[in-house]
Amino acid sequence: MAQRIDVKDLNIYYSDFLAVANVEMSVDPRSVTAFIGPSGCGKSTFLRTLNRMHEVIPGAHVQGTVAMDGIDLYGADVDPVAVRRQVGMVFQRPNPFPTMSIADNVLAGVRLNNKRISKSDAEEVVETSLRSANLWNEVKDRLNRPGSGLSGGQQQRLCIARAIAVKPQVLLMDEPCSALDPISTLAIEDLIAELKSDYTIVIVTHNMQQAARVSDRTAFFNLAATGQPGRLVEIDDTSTIFSSPREQATEDYISGRFG
Amino acid sequence: MTPPVTPVRTPRRRSRPADRGLDRSFRYVAVGSGMLILATLASVAIFLIIEAMPALTHPDLASEIPWIPKDGTLWSVVGPLIFGTILAAIVSLVVAVPIAVGIALFISHYAPRRMANALGYVVDLLAAIPSVVFGLWGVMVLAPKVQPVWQFLVDYLGWIPLFAGDAHGNASNPPRVLMTTSIVLAVMILPIITAVSREVFLQTPRLHEEAALALGATRWELIRMAVLPFGRSGVTSAAMLGLGRALGETMAVLMILSPGLLYSFKLLVASQQQTIAANIAARFNDANDIGRSTLIATGLALFVITLLVNLAARAIIARRKDFSGAN
Repeated sequence: MAQRIDVKDLNIYYSDFLAVANVEMSVDPRSVTAFIGPSGCGKSTFLRTLNRMHEVIPGAHVQGTVAMDGIDLYGADVDPVAVRRQVGMVFQRPNPFPTMSIADNVLAGVRLNNKRISKSDAEEVVETSLRSANLWNEVKDRLNRPGSGLSGGQQQRLCIARAIAVKPQVLLMDEPCSALDPISTLAIEDLIAELKSDYTIVIVTHNMQQAARVSDRTAFFNLAATGQPGRLVEIDDTSTIFSSPREQATEDYISGRFG
Repeated sequence: MTPPVTPVRTPRRRSRPADRGLDRSFRYVAVGSGMLILATLASVAIFLIIEAMPALTHPDLASEIPWIPKDGTLWSVVGPLIFGTILAAIVSLVVAVPIAVGIALFISHYAPRRMANALGYVVDLLAAIPSVVFGLWGVMVLAPKVQPVWQFLVDYLGWIPLFAGDAHGNASNPPRVLMTTSIVLAVMILPIITAVSREVFLQTPRLHEEAALALGATRWELIRMAVLPFGRSGVTSAAMLGLGRALGETMAVLMILSPGLLYSFKLLVASQQQTIAANIAARFNDANDIGRSTLIATGLALFVITLLVNLAARAIIARRKDFSGAN
């Protein structure tokens, strides 16, 4: 189910503006890769190219290849909608659909793929997804209440349940804990550790301790100056990045000496 | 060594009493405006009730007013008028709402930006056309064009009561029928429904749209998952605004519809129904005192209907509040 990602010579544009230049990296299946770097360096932009969400912004496009198990996501005959069904995404701010119940939120993606899901199958998907997201015990008695009535941390776990309900190949997380309190953050981090056994996970975070705690490999992004494109400085095992990085810029950033 | 920081003295605010006075006077203005609207509403209601009283209490209205059938009561005309008013408004709403929502979605989520702006502007222009012009257009342009269509409906869908023909199995010609009237009303209420729906759809949170897209939603699925549910209460309000206008529209109905006072669902046959507003406009000038009072009584009925429509709309919106996204 989990797949590897190979990115080659990727340049990401907003209209004419080159936002991120020359990214080259590989992500192993069943691993957690963290992207760190200062604001505006292109980590989120790059993350969004991995499920072709980047191009929903008018004028945004890419050059280069993003291959998932050898198949280029940007190939001529690849439908972006199909890509997004394979690659789940969790956003910075929890975004359950406010007009849907908790159960319907979990099933939202499933129903896109398969309109006529039987009631018992649906119940099973809801339960297994919510259990995987460590949310089942908290919401099992109110599956028909709106998802917007949950706390922020619960909403974010509901969004994770919604993303994994469709059994994606890859799970992308764009600063999933930045709007949450420390206890909810811990719950999500534990969840990431559990999900790793089934999914390839890529997470953007501003919290370097978080990157150190949850990830196997860490990529450091930076930009030379304002107006310059962001670029991938280095990617390595997380322990290496945080103990003996190859680049001076990485060491400066993780030790707090930058600018 | 950094030099010691000298604290900057912030100037004392001298104008506190004045500020508070301003605050208080603004409150009076706001409360006063709120009261004024209530007072206006109450005075309209009181005016209608007082003026309608002679007709409401008259023992034998039929003997005084030629257009009330013999031995009929006030209700024998108010009932069919209410029926005709609501039927015309509902048919126009059924025609207008899907088109308006379609235009609004096209403008908010499909059209390229420049085209969307132009189209929005054109729709807004529709609202600027006086209703007497719509009436002329309905009679002179629309009516001859739609008559064959109405005949077609009678021929092939005549078994549906709404599309039943006259005694000879025909649609009326000229088609001064409720269906033609409702089409014109639909064009008239289209701009307000479109404008309000468009604004609501444009306010769909980016977060929810991205949530749908990231799950692999197509454009239509995005609209169904995120945009329409979010806009539901807004579209309901928009439809009610349109309904309010359709209920009260006078000139276009007066010019197009051939009136009748029957409880008839026949949309394609002339002289079946009449609306309250058009009836008042048609008869007010020639009416004597008790005739005017009778017309005002029908106006009171229209006032009550409009009030009930608004209450119903609020109830519909409130029932879905938990799921509205406002919490």
